[in-house]
Amino acid sequence: MSAKLIPAVQCRDLRKDFGVGATQVQVLRGVNFDALQGQLTFLVGPSGCGKTTLISVIAGLLDSSAGEVELFNQKVEKFSASERILFRRKNLGFVYQQYNLLPALTAVENAAVPLLAAGVRRREAVDQAKAVLVKLGMEERLDTLPSKLSGGQQQRVALARALVHEPRLILCDEPTAALDHATGEAVMDLLAGNAVHPDRAVIVVTHDTRVFHYADAIARMDDGRIAKTELRQPLETPELDSVTAFA
Amino acid sequence: MNFVAFKMLTGDKAKYLGLVFTIAFCTFLLQNQTSIFAGILKRTGSQIADVTDAEVWVMDPKTEYFEQTKALKDTDLTRVRGVDGVQWAVKLFKGSPVARTLDGKFAVSFCLGLDDATLTGAPRKMLLGSWERLREPDAVVIDQAGYVLLFPGEPLQLDRTVELNDHKATIVGISDASAPFVSWPVMHTRYSQAVNFVGRERTQLSYVLVRPQPGVDANELCRRIEAQTGLRARTSNQFRWDCVLYYLKNTGIPVNFGITIAIALIVGIVVAGQTFYLFTVENLKQFGAIKAIGVTNGRLIGMILLQAFTVGLIGFSIGTGMAGEFFNFFGQKVATRGIILMWQSVALTCACMVLVMVLASILSLRRVLVLEPAIVFRG
Repeated sequence: MSAKLIPAVQCRDLRKDFGVGATQVQVLRGVNFDALQGQLTFLVGPSGCGKTTLISVIAGLLDSSAGEVELFNQKVEKFSASERILFRRKNLGFVYQQYNLLPALTAVENAAVPLLAAGVRRREAVDQAKAVLVKLGMEERLDTLPSKLSGGQQQRVALARALVHEPRLILCDEPTAALDHATGEAVMDLLAGNAVHPDRAVIVVTHDTRVFHYADAIARMDDGRIAKTELRQPLETPELDSVTAFA
Repeated sequence: MNFVAFKMLTGDKAKYLGLVFTIAFCTFLLQNQTSIFAGILKRTGSQIADVTDAEVWVMDPKTEYFEQTKALKDTDLTRVRGVDGVQWAVKLFKGSPVARTLDGKFAVSFCLGLDDATLTGAPRKMLLGSWERLREPDAVVIDQAGYVLLFPGEPLQLDRTVELNDHKATIVGISDASAPFVSWPVMHTRYSQAVNFVGRERTQLSYVLVRPQPGVDANELCRRIEAQTGLRARTSNQFRWDCVLYYLKNTGIPVNFGITIAIALIVGIVVAGQTFYLFTVENLKQFGAIKAIGVTNGRLIGMILLQAFTVGLIGFSIGTGMAGEFFNFFGQKVATRGIILMWQSVALTCACMVLVMVLASILSLRRVLVLEPAIVFRG
């Protein structure tokens, strides 16, 4: 069966260099990468191959040296600095390996931060964050500080923070790396169950082969390029490089 | 996001309290030292301030401050009275006899001899007795601190006898005279009596106290007196400032206090600035996460300024409260009476603390503004 899916992220010949002259390092060497709406796309590869740099450029946290990034048909390079921040605030959610929760805020306050950043009133933001946390099974720990939460619980709060403002693209950097297998599976269950949405794309950077079965697509990166993209099932997609199917 | 900034600030209690109390103690030290400094210098003109009847002081042209007197001629009083615009002019004597009690306790004192007829310059704030009794033979009014110095541990009591340079004097009143620069008893008596206490010299007149006629400006009158008599004439306010400036210029007081104030300021800037800077640096990843979420640099500046000024305001308030209590307590002591927490000191310290927090914020802001939000992806 095939389905028509719309690309959320399109990278074309994307390059990123750090440093200049003799110390210049080419981290991205012409990346062509697509992530589709309604799909969980994994970005995998050995350490240092450029995965984190790629999602940083996609998120607009780093500028590319050359090439193009289109998010929902809008060219990121054309955005001014302030437009980029506004776009990120509205359309992007992040889940990090180290959670990056604010230690002074409770679980529900942490989850509400994107709404507060968007100017939503505190009470309203906290109510919305509470609803998302309840959905993620955190109703017992709403007012708990991150230091009192387990790794899995912290990652659930981070997930709630990524979801609360209903972004169109969620970027996850090694979300299970700091968790044991069972907790990692639980977090991925929640991610697959709550983040994936027909209008939203989810990109997960991971080394963790134990969670590959959650992926709808796996882009394998090596030496600053996408070496191969594997799809769970064949789709009518725009030009994808080296596409193969996996079971 | 103000809520987030505030929670970030107060979340780490140790650092938060450290910052608040650094600012508080710095504030206390600055207010304490500047107020004591100003209070001590104010004392150099206490006896001038206590004379509320006259507005102009006439003295020898070489006189620079209150304690430094060179006697005028008796005819100078008449010459001053002859100046246009003078409503009245009376003489004032200032000497420093040794006061001795019957049990042998003694101290050098300020003896102010007031015009016999008018008693102009008599202390108006009396704790016991009446200044009008100065008309009695051998009568003196002594200030409370002088009384305590000469009769330690004894209750205030009138009609006690002291000797001034071996001349018997009777205490007819105890005044609340402003504290002099040196802790000597302040005695008020009649002019004719004071010159006897101190011992006769060829001339005795220390100062001429002048009241301008209604509508005559005191400054203008000073100019006329100087022009017509060749003497020095200063308004009470000018003369008080002369005393302050003399001590500032000729003593080590400003240097000593200045060093303490400078150290307090440097410690405040360095410790508060460094603690706040470290607080921000340790939270860089948090700021990175907030930046990645889409918070603008302008909002981050607002958050850091809010944090800085919250600790600044709380620390300043605590420090000012401590200083207020300090002066409230010591202001009631005889030795430190009159030294108060001055509003100018509070305002100056407030400005210093704003400077401290602005400098601390600038250092911290620099780090946050150049922070790459991609830092959040580093493990």
